[in-house]
Amino acid sequence: MSIIETNKLNLWYGTFQALIDVNLAVAQNKITALIGPSGCGKSTLLRVFNRMNDLIEGVRLAGSVKVRGAEILGDGTDLIALRKKVGMVFQRPNPFPLSIYENVVYALRIHGIRDKQKLDAAAEKALSSVLLWDELKDNLGANALTLSLEQQQRLCIARLLAVTPEVVLMDEPCSTLDPLATMRIEELMIELKKRYSIVIVTHNMQQAARISDDCGYMLLGELVELGETKRIFTAPRDQRTEDYITGRFG
Amino acid sequence: MRRPFDYIIEKLVFFSGVASILFVILIFVFLLKEGLSLFGEVSIQSFLFNVNWFPISDPPQFGIVPLLLGSLFVTLGAIVIAVPMGLAAAIYISEFAPRWFANILKTGIELLAAIPSIVLGFIGIVTLAPFLKTVFRLPSGLTALAGSIMLAFMAMPTIVSIIEDAIVSNPKSYKEGSLALGATRWQTVYRVTIPAASSGILAAIMLGIGRVIGETMAVLMITGNAAVIPTSFLQPVRTLTATIAAEMGEAVAGSGHYYSLFAIGIILFIISFIINLLADLFLHRSRKGKRKR
Ligand SMILES: Nc1ncnc2c1ncn2[C@@H]1O[C@H](COP(=O)(O)OP(=O)(O)OP(=O)(O)O)[C@@H](O)[C@H]1O
Ligand SMILES: [Mg+2]
Repeated sequence: MSIIETNKLNLWYGTFQALIDVNLAVAQNKITALIGPSGCGKSTLLRVFNRMNDLIEGVRLAGSVKVRGAEILGDGTDLIALRKKVGMVFQRPNPFPLSIYENVVYALRIHGIRDKQKLDAAAEKALSSVLLWDELKDNLGANALTLSLEQQQRLCIARLLAVTPEVVLMDEPCSTLDPLATMRIEELMIELKKRYSIVIVTHNMQQAARISDDCGYMLLGELVELGETKRIFTAPRDQRTEDYITGRFG
Repeated sequence: MRRPFDYIIEKLVFFSGVASILFVILIFVFLLKEGLSLFGEVSIQSFLFNVNWFPISDPPQFGIVPLLLGSLFVTLGAIVIAVPMGLAAAIYISEFAPRWFANILKTGIELLAAIPSIVLGFIGIVTLAPFLKTVFRLPSGLTALAGSIMLAFMAMPTIVSIIEDAIVSNPKSYKEGSLALGATRWQTVYRVTIPAASSGILAAIMLGIGRVIGETMAVLMITGNAAVIPTSFLQPVRTLTATIAAEMGEAVAGSGHYYSLFAIGIILFIISFIINLLADLFLHRSRKGKRKR
């Protein structure tokens, strides 16, 4: 069953059309990777799913995007509920300049949870699931900006998991990390897909091949092809996809 | 041909640069020399802790406690008014106002900074003082409160623009991260934006205090000018600056009274110096914290 489904999705930044008739389905408890050359609209598409494009002036959308069958475009959408359900990890780790603890419980606090015991329990659970708990449990009061980049990115993932989203969107989450840290974050993602559905944008084709179940290739605002990763990489149906993955382009 | 010309220009620029330091040193030396002369006549303790400022009675008493308290009352009042308003204004301008309206507001605040303080003092006398007088049923509206309100107006532009700067220079990723977690704009402001800008906010407060404590003309006109120990904001007070301005003309050169005014100058100098130092420290920290991201 697909957890996100778009139908003839179009998006314009002012007069520039950045997404053209995108039809995409994200399967539950799978990792869906979006690949494609720079500027093809991967981030734009990702940001549609939690309506982060609303922050940008002059963005116009047409078509349909459904999360668990419910339409999320249109003015009536409860953005707070949507963003609780569809969380996002950014390219550059962006922990708040607060303590580690406050970062993890941030979303719980804004969603009205005050009970200290509940917060503590959620913090431990979230940090454990990103494998930071043992490292940091004695140091939760430290400023999050003092952590290493990898730890910061893990913290950002933990911060998200604390509100138990259904979908985790990741926009090149490893692009600022070294290969070792990248590998560990990839392991974490494979672990996380048991409980969450993940959409990841990546520039790194090997990464897409390693971790994703499904893979979509985008070019100039179009979703050229979407399918099982193995098939995309061994038997692409579209010539443009083949050119890209064989390195003839991009 | 260009060599000697370059040489002259270089030296000129150098001397202009050095002159600024030189002037500061000369002023400070002069201030110290004149101010410290007082302490042959009066002890430092009595200057700092005597509660009576009677410079022309016989024998004269030069206790600056009432003046210090006067400055403290007026400054504290002004900051208590100006900081919350300035913070709110800066948040509105940077986070909520549509761009065209934000620009109008910013221009308005800059204009506020351009009003000469004597004009503010004058307006205060004819509008604010009578208003306070009727509202609180006072014998006179010229009080610490009147001074605080007028000075709050003067400190606002500094406070708003520095806080606004601090907020605008927050990395966009903080705001995005918070909104992406389902926070409202207002939750984002008070849970992330304000804490992230806290060094800038502290610097703004310090510079606001600096602006207020050094102000003379408006406070001279509007605080009622009574060198007594204030117990309430509804009493007239006299600040350190106003005392110098008001009494310099009548003090006999070389007298204790004359030296005591210079000694007050030293106190003001020290206070300003500390405040500027703190402001610098906070500004520095605010910039450094941001560069890391
Ligand atoms: N705020 C914006 N205003 C106008 N155009 C934009 C804006 N953001 C992105 N674009 C344009 O939309 C297109 C798609 O951008 P997007 O960031 O989605 O690409 P991307 O596939 O994520 O690229 P990259 O791999 O470099 O991250 C690009 O041509 C870009 O210039
Ligand atoms: Mg991108």
